[in-house]
Amino acid sequence: MSTTIRVDEIEEREHPITPYIRMDRMPHIWCPTCGIGTVLKCYATALGRSKVDLDKVSVVSGIGCTGRVAGYVKMDSFHSTHGRALPFATGLKLGRPELMVTVFSGDGDLIGIGGNHFIHAARRNMDLLVILVNNFIYGMTGGQNAPTTPLTARSSTMPLGNFERPFNLPHLAATCGASYVARWTSMHTAQMTRTFTEAIKRKGFRFVEVIAPCSTLYARLNKLGDGLDLMTYYRDNFEIKNQADTRELDLDFQSKIICGKFVDVERPTFLEAMEAHYRGALGDRYVPMPPEGGMLHGQD
Amino acid sequence: MKPVEGTESAPQRKPPDVERIRVPRGELCIITDWCKGCGFCVEFCPRGVLANSEAFNKKGYHPPKVVKSEVCNHCDLCEMICPDFAIFTVQLADGASGEGGSGEAR
Amino acid sequence: MRAHYLEASGARTVKADPRGVLTGTHYLDGDFACGEGAMAAGCRFVAGYPITPSTEVVERIGRRFPTVGGIFIQMEDELASMAAIVGGSWSGTKSMTVTSGPGFSLMMENIGLAAMMETPCVIVDVQRAGPSTGLPTMVGQGDMMQARWGSHGDYGVIALSPRSPQEAFDLTIDAFNLAELYRVPVLMMMDECVGHMTEKVVIPPADRIEVVPRRLTKQSPAEYLPYLPGADLVPEMVRAGDGYRFHSTGLTHDERGYPSMTIETQEVLVRRLVDKLKRNVDRIIRIEEDQVEGADVVVVSYGITSRVAQLGVELAREQGAKVGTLRLVVCWPFPEARIRELAGKVKAFVVPEINFGQMVLEVERCAAGRAAAIGIPHAGGGVHDPEAICRTILGAAR
Repeated sequence: MSTTIRVDEIEEREHPITPYIRMDRMPHIWCPTCGIGTVLKCYATALGRSKVDLDKVSVVSGIGCTGRVAGYVKMDSFHSTHGRALPFATGLKLGRPELMVTVFSGDGDLIGIGGNHFIHAARRNMDLLVILVNNFIYGMTGGQNAPTTPLTARSSTMPLGNFERPFNLPHLAATCGASYVARWTSMHTAQMTRTFTEAIKRKGFRFVEVIAPCSTLYARLNKLGDGLDLMTYYRDNFEIKNQADTRELDLDFQSKIICGKFVDVERPTFLEAMEAHYRGALGDRYVPMPPEGGMLHGQD
Repeated sequence: MKPVEGTESAPQRKPPDVERIRVPRGELCIITDWCKGCGFCVEFCPRGVLANSEAFNKKGYHPPKVVKSEVCNHCDLCEMICPDFAIFTVQLADGASGEGGSGEAR
Repeated sequence: MRAHYLEASGARTVKADPRGVLTGTHYLDGDFACGEGAMAAGCRFVAGYPITPSTEVVERIGRRFPTVGGIFIQMEDELASMAAIVGGSWSGTKSMTVTSGPGFSLMMENIGLAAMMETPCVIVDVQRAGPSTGLPTMVGQGDMMQARWGSHGDYGVIALSPRSPQEAFDLTIDAFNLAELYRVPVLMMMDECVGHMTEKVVIPPADRIEVVPRRLTKQSPAEYLPYLPGADLVPEMVRAGDGYRFHSTGLTHDERGYPSMTIETQEVLVRRLVDKLKRNVDRIIRIEEDQVEGADVVVVSYGITSRVAQLGVELAREQGAKVGTLRLVVCWPFPEARIRELAGKVKAFVVPEINFGQMVLEVERCAAGRAAAIGIPHAGGGVHDPEAICRTILGAAR
């Protein structure tokens, strides 16, 4: 049995994404066979399963295709400047610690221009869930080389093939101090959703890399077909190795993709470390930032 | 699978909970106008419920067609993998044949 | 007497939180006084990066904040600092960052973000001589035009210029209040001399400090539109975590806050960002005048130069010149109407600045040829020689 649903019937038919997505902004702008929508769907599902208070969830994105996520989620959301989602999210979280802040952005945004902020936020174990969609390219601007583009892959700024060694993102995050590190592809919907659900309940800098297809730029410029071809490549070339040594997680062009959860430790978050330290140094004189934030309330 | 040596004459065993556990049945709901014809649901449905079609939606894409609705077991994979949120399944009431009638919303 | 801009806006004010107010008579430098002003105003989130000669502001805040309920974080660079305070402000907490010239340049993109998202926040620039690394420990006033035009595109900012540590305290409170009233980034354009000068600073009791609290909407989430302006062209504010489920973006957006990339939306939005301050300019402008009536020459100055110019003016008056002074307390928006009015009455404006001529360009523009606009430049590193100012005044008066 199947039913064709008209767009105006969606809400009354209780589409499962309705609580999480701004239905008045659908359909979204992502290309046919782009993987970002899948990652967003899994994140939305994880929010539902983890039963967090959606009023306290804030989503911050940077610029790029994945950066458009902030505009589509039905939570307090911010579409900030290129590369600066992490410090923006830092300010948001420290200003009102009870917020559950997710940074949802792309490889170029978070690791290229945002690289410095990435390593420091991880180093501080800032209490942020970071979902990085890695499509190995700068998609929105027309397919330029990214810090994650595999060797030999073509892009619009490396038309003869990339010769720069790319980052190994789980290794980078783990080395900098992230307390939770995982990688999936957008084909791994069940595992990805479980990882998101688990990560939402953890604290600290939780980093999940999701490898996803970019059909219009990465696949096309490298003659890899379209997003479906990339998804079948993921399916035929992955290996789950939880707790793998992150040094072994390098990605080459169309090589095997090692996925799984690599780091899951308990470590004091920035706020926890700060409060413990000041309590020790100042005793009763310490006045912590209350969870509901530092907003001045009227003293009329 | 070969029987364990010495037990060739043992009868086939049924799982003890086979009467209690019901495989769910799903009804597919497709928002054809949101579909961009990516083919993920067709390719990844583990039971082959969907196939590519020649039909057009409003934007000129080919949305999938349902070819084996009776084997849909509401696994949700199509719903999760569709990048355009254009398909989801609704669990059918116990005992429903999956070929008619309305389903219960989950 | 109530501050003019509070009176004019009619906004509700509350008393300052006593925890942040270091009531008493102190001997403080401008940087420290600025930090105290921020705390008195209710600022509770500061993100900064060390840069001479501003570092003492955050050093003061870093030491005092843990006893006041605030969080100070030293970010990895100025881009992060500015981005962090935009995020901090959206949590509902008053936020500030502090820098000098090179850091100010790095902050420009996110100042634009703050302007586009209409985020109340305060940025302190303790100016030093530039360009580039320049003279890190020595005074300059060369960032004044950058304050107005530094980020790309069209938007409005408010900028204030204190002349003393006492003003560094007082005007920082005003900066926060103006930021809340108009939902703009407000720039405290200090200079190294005022920042590093130690003078008496009187901090009143908390119940005598008027603070504009974050003005949150009273509408329900279903009715609220994040960028629907009020009569004063300022939309009602909201903060993350209160259930409003709003979206804010740096892209051109409509009243719902959703990206809307059309010529029509651009016209409505950007015109309002500019008009927001233009329409309210009379409520924001603050100048201090002395003996301007009947003057032949008016000396226009700001910051430390206004104190140096004072001596130059007195020397000129001793020689019989009829000289008035006009001090810019609020530098942006610029007091166009007053300069235009005076241009019809005086022979010349004399504008000493520790730069090669920035605010003098505004004076010249507004004077429109009806009075001369004579700048007295200084490359930076020190203050003007009052005798030189006197000579220029006398020359202009002839």
